Amino acid sequence: MAETQNVGMNDAESVARLEAVSHAYGASEALQDINLNVPAGCMVGLIGPDGVGKSTLLGLVAGARKLQQGKLQVLGGDMASSPFRREVSPRIAYMPQGLGGNLYHTLTVDENIGFFADLFGLSGAARTRQIDRLLDATGLLDFRSRPAGKLSGGMKQKLGLCCALIHNPELLILDEPTTGVDPLSRQRFWDLIDTIRRQQPSMSVLVATAYMEEAERYDWLVAMDSGAILATGSPAELKLKTGTETLDDAFIALLPEDRQEFVSGGAGGELQLTKDDGLSEGVPAIEAHNLTLRFGNFTAVKNVSFTIPKGEIFGFLGSNGCGKTTTMKMLTGLLVPSEGEVSLFGSPLDARDLATRQRVGYMSQSFSLYSELTVRQNLELHARLFHLPPETIEPRVDELTQQFGLAEVMEQFAGDLPLGVRQRLSLAVAVVHSPELLILDEPTSGVDPGARNRFWSLLLRLSREDGVTIFISTHFMNEGERCDRISLMHAGEVLACDTPAALVRDAQADNLEAAFMKTLEAVDEEPPGQGDGKVLSADDSSPQGHRAFSLRRLMAYARRESRELLRDPVRMAFAFIGSALLMMILGYGITLDVEDLAFAVLDQDQSPESQDYITAVSGSRYFVEQPPISTMAELEQRMVSGELSLALSFPPGFGKDLKSGRSTEIAVWIDGAMPFRGETILGYIQGLHLSYFEDLILRTYGSEPTLSLVSIKTRYRYNQEFRSLDAMVPAVIPILLIFIPAILMALGIVREKELGSITNLYVTPVTRLEFLLGKQLPYIGFSMVSYASLVLLAVFLFDVPIKGSLLTLTVSALLFVTVTTGLGQVISAFASTQIAALAATAIITILPTVQFSGLTEPVSALEGFTALIGLFWPATWFLEICRGVFTKGLTFGDLQHAFLILAAFIPVLTFLSVALLRKQGR
Amino acid sequence: MMESLGTIWNLGIKELRSVWHDKVLLIFVLLAFTLIVYTAGSAGSMELHNAPVAVVDEDQTVLSGRVIDSLQQPWFLKPDLVSLSQIDEMLDQGTHTFALVIPEGFERDIRSGKVSSLQLDIDATRMTQAFIGASYIEQIITTEVAEYLETGSSASTLQVELITRVSFNPNLEGTWFGGVMELITEITLISIILTGAALIREREHGTVEHLMVMPVRPFEIMAAKVWANGLVVMLAATLSITIVIQGVLAVPVQGSVLLFLFGALIHLFSTTAIGILIGTVARTMPQFGLLLILTILPLQLLSGGITPRESMPDLVQNIMLAAPTTHFVSMAQAILYRGAGLEVVWPQMLALAGISVVFFSLSLALFRRHLAV
Repeated sequence: MAETQNVGMNDAESVARLEAVSHAYGASEALQDINLNVPAGCMVGLIGPDGVGKSTLLGLVAGARKLQQGKLQVLGGDMASSPFRREVSPRIAYMPQGLGGNLYHTLTVDENIGFFADLFGLSGAARTRQIDRLLDATGLLDFRSRPAGKLSGGMKQKLGLCCALIHNPELLILDEPTTGVDPLSRQRFWDLIDTIRRQQPSMSVLVATAYMEEAERYDWLVAMDSGAILATGSPAELKLKTGTETLDDAFIALLPEDRQEFVSGGAGGELQLTKDDGLSEGVPAIEAHNLTLRFGNFTAVKNVSFTIPKGEIFGFLGSNGCGKTTTMKMLTGLLVPSEGEVSLFGSPLDARDLATRQRVGYMSQSFSLYSELTVRQNLELHARLFHLPPETIEPRVDELTQQFGLAEVMEQFAGDLPLGVRQRLSLAVAVVHSPELLILDEPTSGVDPGARNRFWSLLLRLSREDGVTIFISTHFMNEGERCDRISLMHAGEVLACDTPAALVRDAQADNLEAAFMKTLEAVDEEPPGQGDGKVLSADDSSPQGHRAFSLRRLMAYARRESRELLRDPVRMAFAFIGSALLMMILGYGITLDVEDLAFAVLDQDQSPESQDYITAVSGSRYFVEQPPISTMAELEQRMVSGELSLALSFPPGFGKDLKSGRSTEIAVWIDGAMPFRGETILGYIQGLHLSYFEDLILRTYGSEPTLSLVSIKTRYRYNQEFRSLDAMVPAVIPILLIFIPAILMALGIVREKELGSITNLYVTPVTRLEFLLGKQLPYIGFSMVSYASLVLLAVFLFDVPIKGSLLTLTVSALLFVTVTTGLGQVISAFASTQIAALAATAIITILPTVQFSGLTEPVSALEGFTALIGLFWPATWFLEICRGVFTKGLTFGDLQHAFLILAAFIPVLTFLSVALLRKQGR
Repeated sequence: MMESLGTIWNLGIKELRSVWHDKVLLIFVLLAFTLIVYTAGSAGSMELHNAPVAVVDEDQTVLSGRVIDSLQQPWFLKPDLVSLSQIDEMLDQGTHTFALVIPEGFERDIRSGKVSSLQLDIDATRMTQAFIGASYIEQIITTEVAEYLETGSSASTLQVELITRVSFNPNLEGTWFGGVMELITEITLISIILTGAALIREREHGTVEHLMVMPVRPFEIMAAKVWANGLVVMLAATLSITIVIQGVLAVPVQGSVLLFLFGALIHLFSTTAIGILIGTVARTMPQFGLLLILTILPLQLLSGGITPRESMPDLVQNIMLAAPTTHFVSMAQAILYRGAGLEVVWPQMLALAGISVVFFSLSLALFRRHLAV
């Protein structure tokens, strides 16, 4: 009893409790034996360099990652238990790393937030009030109908926060929410959090951050390094404990000695910035005159000019989306300016000139290295691509490894690295060929302070010792201060350009940050939130996530998926035109009537009798005569080349023998390379032979001979004219309705895995069944549109009438596309990349449908394994219905069994997909 | 020049590593060239095989029994004896393609020299089986009746005998055909998927942009993708033809496997170029998937590999002359089935090479323009 009491007491004061928690990704350990009590009702910060396990820990607490080892209690319950996770998920909110990681980029602000409101079961007036209040507080009210992908970084993060807060959570988990966000937006973001916390003192906030100055304002900190906890306590406590002035220093002091130098960035501070006198002489490294770039009506960059002398560090500061990246891309030649010109090293920029590229190093804002290669492979690849002499590659790679602290991760895949380490790698790659000019687009975004220090000391060395010109954009003001000159940019225009000291002086501010804020606030259009209004209301967001199945959540996913689908013109066009086009190709192209076969004759007789026979053969519509053959060798050769499908040979004396009633023979060679065609030719020539002699006897003797006493009256049912189209068209519909829906469905799910929005499945109350069914509905609708266009085409263009009931056909089509999309879902469970999903679905669906579903031979004729595939393949049954209704005029009653079997696939596939889909990440 | 070759080589190695890294993809490539080729080969294709027949025997005599027994495997399944009223339902449900009705007095009529009529109902929705099967049944029954009569008049035999020889595949075995055709399909499909998707992946991950600020030409990027992904497919194809087709399926390949692989190599230049073409046009992976289907189906179905080319409308035949698969299929059939040598297939090889050059240049031009934006 004492023990339970103890637990109860702990629950009251701690929001999360970790006992001996360890976590590993493959062989690399992210967390080692963590024991931690996170106090409730306060703002708790996780601090530490990149890759020490902060994100992993947050993911575990949020329930987004599956607990591997140890015990984890969150909000008083065991996170290893899935019923508890389901119950607790409406009380937790989680914002993953990266800008807009949990958002859907083609959806508008309103649609994104509405989606989350539905997931958490908000409805009616309360839903509207809650959304309006959040949008108002974040200043997003005026941008409601703008797609999330077109928001600036700061606004994306605010929208992400709105979506996370919609259900008024008790625990808010933020993973580096302000990384890559400009200072002004960052300021506003934290003001918003403060306001919310003032209004909701009971809410606990758990944040990971790389900004030590932000950590100063938290209540309680957890200092982490190498998967372990160094110390916990308030910022003041930590500073007191280590006897240091700043949190930065306190953190360094907490580290074991061998890590101190590495994490702090070493001797970075010692290298003093000295103005090089010779700097401005000679040809400038970059000259830009009146650069302007327009995308349609939108002017991204307006009239930007600057001159940067060799060896200068030129900083580029500005809010998110102000045109910094666009300007940099124009300097590299990736974008061609609409107006104005750029000169690099005195000559006009020529994007095609490879020699210029050899002198420039560029690092783009988003990680753009090969995630499937290891760190070493990435470095070596780029060294080779820049044509470094082979013998210098290894020393160069070692040198960079040293400089950028990559030694420990050399053999890891770049994709598995934490954000900050990736940035270091990108930078190492950008300087691998020792360029004269470095263009760096937010290179330190998401990099921990120590690494940034090291990085800047390297930049300084490059600039001062090697005379490398550096053009760099950043959101860190302390980095701006280290530049020789900086330029402040906003909305595509340069507001000011001077040395940091001069800018501070001109703005009459205390420091660069204040100068920056002042300059920007004067021109910024984003209205600040009305801070005074209540951001959240408990009355309006009573979560109801406990229900095991909620139609509302299902429909939320269905609506969202449909919107994404509707906004993709290629996919929409395909629904209407693509499948119709394919049907035309298949319908007209595939005909099983074998006609116009090439034949030639080796006539060793040259008698009127042989000529008469040849005329009869060439007169049939099946055969077309080619120039005669003169020798056996020629016959062989022409058969081998495939020119002839049939060769006839008349022996010498054929005509004489025939006239005198002696028995004789005609030899025939048939090309059997294609068995079906061979069979058909054989049938044709035998029939021709028989009818020729019947006719000959009739002509000669005037009476019809009785060649056989048995006559067989054949009746071709369902397709009296034996028209290929009538048989093919009903068979093409099942083929097209299996490929396309299955592929789109599989990609629809795997895409979420690849782009990261699958996290919403992990941390919201939505169940796997709701997720799968919700995503399936739009694709079923989409496929039914395809179906309609196929049927219209069949009836009106191909003139193949539906003899049975259209309703029966439509109902079966609905069942069938439900099954085929379900098939796509099952396949998606195994694939983690879109390309794998694509290949897998194509391979898995094409063969059984074409070979084993009764397209050419009935399933009853298959044997063994293939017969089993045929029986358990949905296309078999839909093909039967399709043919039955189209050509045989069958009714629902006749096809009952096929309907039942088709329907039986649905629960089986759904069950399989649910079982195979994971509700938590690894 | 040497630098350029070095770049192509290094980028190609990177491509190979990417393929190697995606294990699921790799497994499916392997499956495509082994299991799928095997099942396609062992399933047989469109020749008459195990056709299900239903027989209504109203005669119940020795002769009717002999007629029924004469419909044998592998062409026909053992006939099911049914009553007249069941025929419609069986054909409707598609369980049987043929229904033969032997009328009462069949044997009596034949013995007394009168012509007797059998009725054969055929489900014509199964085009291939229906047509071939009908002529088989007619021939088998005629022969059976003639043998039964033995002593009968010689009027039933013709003076001129037709001696038929089926070249290259005397027993018209489907295994020979299905496996090889599937291999050809997979070579085209997998090479387009690998190359195109590799390009889309680079774009979705922003690495193409990264390449464009390095001293790397679009030609080099493309050439690297072509050789690396082409190599993967070549390896898989070699494995498939030697181990699966010649080994497990025991198909007697007539001509030189090496010559076939050489032809496949030329073919791969155009298919990988098509992959890049689609990858350039498509913005996202789902779009790539759709365009892929739109390309691959006509390339395969209209190439002459599934249905004979001469039966297609002239317009389709002419358009398909521009498709690499048409020439590849006809070359592969000539080499593998008919044992043709270089002296026979050089025109196809030349055509393939020409088409490859055209597709490669077209892709390159588009790819360049795409990167320039």
